[in-house]
Amino acid sequence: MSSTQPSKDPSSRRIRVLVAKPGLDGHDRGIKIVAATLRDAGMEVIYAGLRQTPAMVVAAAVQEDVDAIGLSVLSGAHMVIFRETLDLLKSNHCEHILLFGGGIIPPEDVKALQDMGVGRLFLPGTSSDEYIRYLEEEIARRRIQFGRD
Amino acid sequence: MQDAPPLTIKSDSASDQRPSLEESTDPKAEFEAKRRRWKERVAKSRRRPGRELTTNLSNMETELLGCPDPNVESDEHIRRYNESLGMPAEYPYTRGVQANMYRGKLWTMRMFAGFGTPEDTNRRFKYLLEKGQTGLSTAFDMPTLMGYDADSEWAVGEVGKCGVSISSLQDMERLFEGIPLDQVSTSMTINSPGPILLALYCCVAEQQGVSLDKLRGTLQNDILKEYIAQKEYIFPPRPSVGLITDLIEFCTEHMPKWNTISVSGYHIREAGSTAVQELAFTLADGFAYVEACLERGMDIDRFAPRLSFFFNSHMDFFEEVAKFRAARRIWARRMKEKYGAKSPRSWTLKFHTQTAGCTLTAQQPENNIVRTALQALAAVLGGTQSLHTNSMDETLALPTEKSVKIALRTQQIIAHETGIPNTIDPLGGSYFVESLTDKMEAEAEKYFRKIDELGGVIPAIEQGYFQREIAAAALRFQQETERKERIIVGVNEYIEPDEEPIETLKITEEVEVRQRERVRALKMNRDNDKVRRALAELRRAAREGDNTFPRFIECCKVYATVQEQMDVLRDVFGEYQEVHAF
Repeated sequence: MSSTQPSKDPSSRRIRVLVAKPGLDGHDRGIKIVAATLRDAGMEVIYAGLRQTPAMVVAAAVQEDVDAIGLSVLSGAHMVIFRETLDLLKSNHCEHILLFGGGIIPPEDVKALQDMGVGRLFLPGTSSDEYIRYLEEEIARRRIQFGRD
Repeated sequence: MQDAPPLTIKSDSASDQRPSLEESTDPKAEFEAKRRRWKERVAKSRRRPGRELTTNLSNMETELLGCPDPNVESDEHIRRYNESLGMPAEYPYTRGVQANMYRGKLWTMRMFAGFGTPEDTNRRFKYLLEKGQTGLSTAFDMPTLMGYDADSEWAVGEVGKCGVSISSLQDMERLFEGIPLDQVSTSMTINSPGPILLALYCCVAEQQGVSLDKLRGTLQNDILKEYIAQKEYIFPPRPSVGLITDLIEFCTEHMPKWNTISVSGYHIREAGSTAVQELAFTLADGFAYVEACLERGMDIDRFAPRLSFFFNSHMDFFEEVAKFRAARRIWARRMKEKYGAKSPRSWTLKFHTQTAGCTLTAQQPENNIVRTALQALAAVLGGTQSLHTNSMDETLALPTEKSVKIALRTQQIIAHETGIPNTIDPLGGSYFVESLTDKMEAEAEKYFRKIDELGGVIPAIEQGYFQREIAAAALRFQQETERKERIIVGVNEYIEPDEEPIETLKITEEVEVRQRERVRALKMNRDNDKVRRALAELRRAAREGDNTFPRFIECCKVYATVQEQMDVLRDVFGEYQEVHAF
């Protein structure tokens, strides 16, 4: 697979993404690869680290003025974590921030989360061009939708 | 884990292995002497019970050990054989740690299990024992692993999801209900709160009337790899190593059948390291623990025999076999030559293996049965003492009964149908495998030098050395996969676009509600004065450098919870903050 091109319009702001591991699980192989590949694709990446609460994640996302939050959850706690993060984004008037993620999430839960308003969830076997392309397209769309471009 | 007493031969000492003057100048004489000694040991070794034949399917007797023929080979060849390989159960142990290996006793079939309430896991333990596993292995949930009770705010959404929820002695009693602790060997996979879990196990034993010196099993208890790979650390490195040393000290005196630590490479490999890195970083950690115990003033030949190891068995088949062999040789050489251990039991590296979870795919999960079988085979050819085989559905969820049974049957088929256990180190002498074993040892030595340059394992951790190496190796593998330089069947080749999802295990929210209620009720119904006093004594011991382990036992006995004890230590030692890099 060829490496992806950063955003085609050279004058648009670079995409800023915060990635984090919420909850207790510390398995960070996947999230570090996501962070590195997003950075290599020309995005600005903030890695908030381990043991983040949804409140810490949203606070950091607001402070860093990011376009998207990516959460990695392998522990089975995804319903609780994503729901709480979505609620906090709403209550902080941050609906323009895309919430996406990955990990070990059963297909029925993926559907339930997306029905709630979570973006795409990337499961084992995903290659980096899939999430890079998704973020570029979805964030471009949201910038127009929320008038932030 | 190897749970039998070591082979008793008339002398357990090093002098038993020292060549005579004549032998040391004549490699062929030395070889013959070694072979004679080994055959004597074999004659005295136990044999597996039962009637299984050691003849092959042409009714020929299977050779127990393939060796060079001194009538044909040169002196130099035999000299190198003596130095690099030698005989099983003799320095440098390249070929194996028991004289007749699996003819004496098969590796322990020890399936990692745990989920939901203690009762759920008790049922799964009994199911696995009934299906023929020969050792228990306990998986704890994230709150327990991180020292939080089921009613903690950190536990929300996590109770019973990745393992069993244990907050107190009450839970531990339920976990081992109907399981006599003097009749099983139990491994517990937990690190920061590890000593507390062992203390709980000791309390259950006491209730059953089983004395501590009868308890057999292993506590993972390897904090260094947490900073390096798994990230289930809580306190900073030095006090954490102190807790580990406390436990080793206590067990050396009171629990001679208990493996005090399982120095782990599994997690390092799962985080994305190469096989050489897994080998080098694990052994480096092992040596760091040896040094910590020596600094405590302990006698190496008293504690070293109960240090054990835990490796991954990954996809590159021969690399894994070479890795296991190199591990034994490196450990033996350093323990004897650098640390001056005198007892052969200190030189022998014994290990548990788990097949590589990270190689399993969510796509076409039945293929994982094949991957696991091949990885299990590598572990057996590498001479493992104990083995866990992953289930095919473990990229999706914890295993169902059906899939864990297949994983166990995989081991049983290797053990009973392939003939492999009838020969020791059958790949020994292969030009390829011996060359690879040598290369892996040489590459590991380069890493040891680098770690020394950085000041040792803990300084290297603080400088982020291991974490960067591992992240770089993980990224590289991912890129190779994406470029199809590495093919993964079902993922980047041989893809099935529309797969039917398979049935997986579900943990309900009921578990969390139930466990939370139990903890709350416990805290109200126990003698809280006793708890306060026990926790205060734990705090004092931790502050003043007294051995914490007996205090953990006292706390557990009066039903202080896991978190209550961990909070005392969080207060005394502080919490470790990692600087994250990617």
